[in-house]
Amino acid sequence: MTTSSLRLRAGVVSIVLLAAFLGIWHLATRSTGTTAAMSPEYAKLMGLTATQGKSAMPGPVDVGAQLWEHLKRPFYDNGPNDKGLGIQLGYSIARVGTGYLLAVLVAIPLGFLIGMSPLLSKALDPFIQVLKPISPLAWMPLALYTIKDSSISAIFVIFICSIWPMLLNTVFGVAGVRKEWINVARTLEVGTFRRAFTVILPAAAPTILTGMRISIGIAWLVIVAAEMLVGGTGIGYFVWNEWNNLSITNVIIAILLIGIIGMLLDQILARFTRMVTFPE
Amino acid sequence: MTDKFISIEGIAKRYPAAGGATTTVFENLWLSMPRGEFACVIGHSGCGKTTVLNVLAGLDAPSEGAVIVDGQAISGTSLDRAVIFQSHALLPWRTVLGNVAYAVSSKWRRWDRARVKAHAQTFIDLVGLTGSEHKRPSELSGGMKQRVGIARALSITPKIMLMDEPFSALDALTRGTLQDEVRRICLETGQTAFMITHDVDEAIYLADKIFLMTNGPGAVLAEVVENPLPKDRGRTDLHRHPLYYALRNHIIDFLVTRSRTFTTEKPDHDPRNVPVVQIGKPGLTIAASDEQQQTRTPGTSPGLTA
Ligand SMILES: Nc1ncnc2c1ncn2[C@@H]1O[C@H](COP(=O)(O)OP(=O)(O)O)[C@@H](O)[C@H]1O
Ligand SMILES: [Mg+2]
Repeated sequence: MTTSSLRLRAGVVSIVLLAAFLGIWHLATRSTGTTAAMSPEYAKLMGLTATQGKSAMPGPVDVGAQLWEHLKRPFYDNGPNDKGLGIQLGYSIARVGTGYLLAVLVAIPLGFLIGMSPLLSKALDPFIQVLKPISPLAWMPLALYTIKDSSISAIFVIFICSIWPMLLNTVFGVAGVRKEWINVARTLEVGTFRRAFTVILPAAAPTILTGMRISIGIAWLVIVAAEMLVGGTGIGYFVWNEWNNLSITNVIIAILLIGIIGMLLDQILARFTRMVTFPE
Repeated sequence: MTDKFISIEGIAKRYPAAGGATTTVFENLWLSMPRGEFACVIGHSGCGKTTVLNVLAGLDAPSEGAVIVDGQAISGTSLDRAVIFQSHALLPWRTVLGNVAYAVSSKWRRWDRARVKAHAQTFIDLVGLTGSEHKRPSELSGGMKQRVGIARALSITPKIMLMDEPFSALDALTRGTLQDEVRRICLETGQTAFMITHDVDEAIYLADKIFLMTNGPGAVLAEVVENPLPKDRGRTDLHRHPLYYALRNHIIDFLVTRSRTFTTEKPDHDPRNVPVVQIGKPGLTIAASDEQQQTRTPGTSPGLTA
């Protein structure tokens, strides 16, 4: 009962904070009436922004109206520079998904091997230590040069940035499986393969999933920057294109959607993590 | 004593110590047990009891020597030797039934699901956990967890049960009940059991033979004490038996002083012929091996009370 009332009160506070934020935003960006006289040519040059004292920053009402327009037609396609937000987000999600899944396929088996073999662990450690801190975007030119395809290069960048947290967490989780659980399997004469699936995998799963959750977050951060660089499609390109169009309203809408999608991706992984977590 | 179902033959365990030296936990350790016997090992912390048990289980390899079980030298772990771990070592992501079934399906790989489940259920019932099959270990009390550990070990019908201080983490009441259960099950099934304990009364209640180990490093098996109490002893009236205090005092004496001084006082101690102490039969202490004759008298006289 106390937790539900706490949740209710927290919800109320959240709504109040949102309303206050929107209110201040609205007040800060509203029109202040016609400003001082200026030559008609100059006024024409400056547009409404200068002539009516309207802030260059769109207010919440402008953003809301524009967002409604986007939501009504999320999937239209009027050529390279004018696509619905749904399509742009779809491109980004597809790239993140592909790069991320490839990283899962490499990181988890490799992490298992490294975690189970002290030799491999020691031998590969220097490579991992050097590769891990490299900004994923630093790989971009090399990827573009070797792959010669901007879209695949973006996927590669996602792959390379999401592999490290998963790899390290898998290694950590596998190497840290309690000795007593391994000993149980040993006294039962369970073979290496069955042991990997029936003891090590379930024991390490929460740690592995935590790594996967960190990775999806990083991948979603990186895709926006990567798409700004490679251009063409995707939510990152959309942000950059709308900035070039000086449409701050669309930029704000994109920021909002990037946040919401990122949150959803994180929640999905959080749910999986909860599914494999066992109480002790 | 002619039947050596388990025979530990001259094992040693050494660990590399700081500065290139080696620490010898124990060396030239000999110990044997006939089939169907319940043996307890008593000794101070760090003397190497767990190491001996792990070697016997095959979880650890001795630096020297060999272990023969049922006429065969062991190499590694085996389903013939079940271990009940001190920390119960249940897999927390599996239910009670899942934990026992894991052991069952490991032993009988070709059994179908229903058969594995039925077999596991028998042993869950045996340890008194009927109704808790679908609980996870985190939902169980310490005593219930250890019961699952016992059911898991018994379910593979091992030749030997190895227990490393299985009840030391439990409260006295639970410990008592589980001791009763283990004793009942072992007597009913004629199980050979090797158990480490800190608790002298537990050893007196459960064991047919009590192995006394001196302090480490360089621990030796000092004596084998035969339990003079009748087979049908009860846990609550142990202390009424005329030989109880003599036995208990003998062991406590050993733990308090002789475990420390034994190696200096008995420089001619032969680890292959460890003296067998028979409380209540003065002058009748016989060496462990058949070819040896009586060597010395026991330390405590019968009937002595604390
Ligand atoms: N991996 C190891 N490395 C070095 N020393 C060890 C190791 N494992 C155990 N020992 C030493 O071996 C001795 C015996 O340990 P153990 O068999 O656990 O004793 P007990 O079970 O009788 O308390 C201890 O002194 C301990 O420090
Ligand atoms: Mg121990």
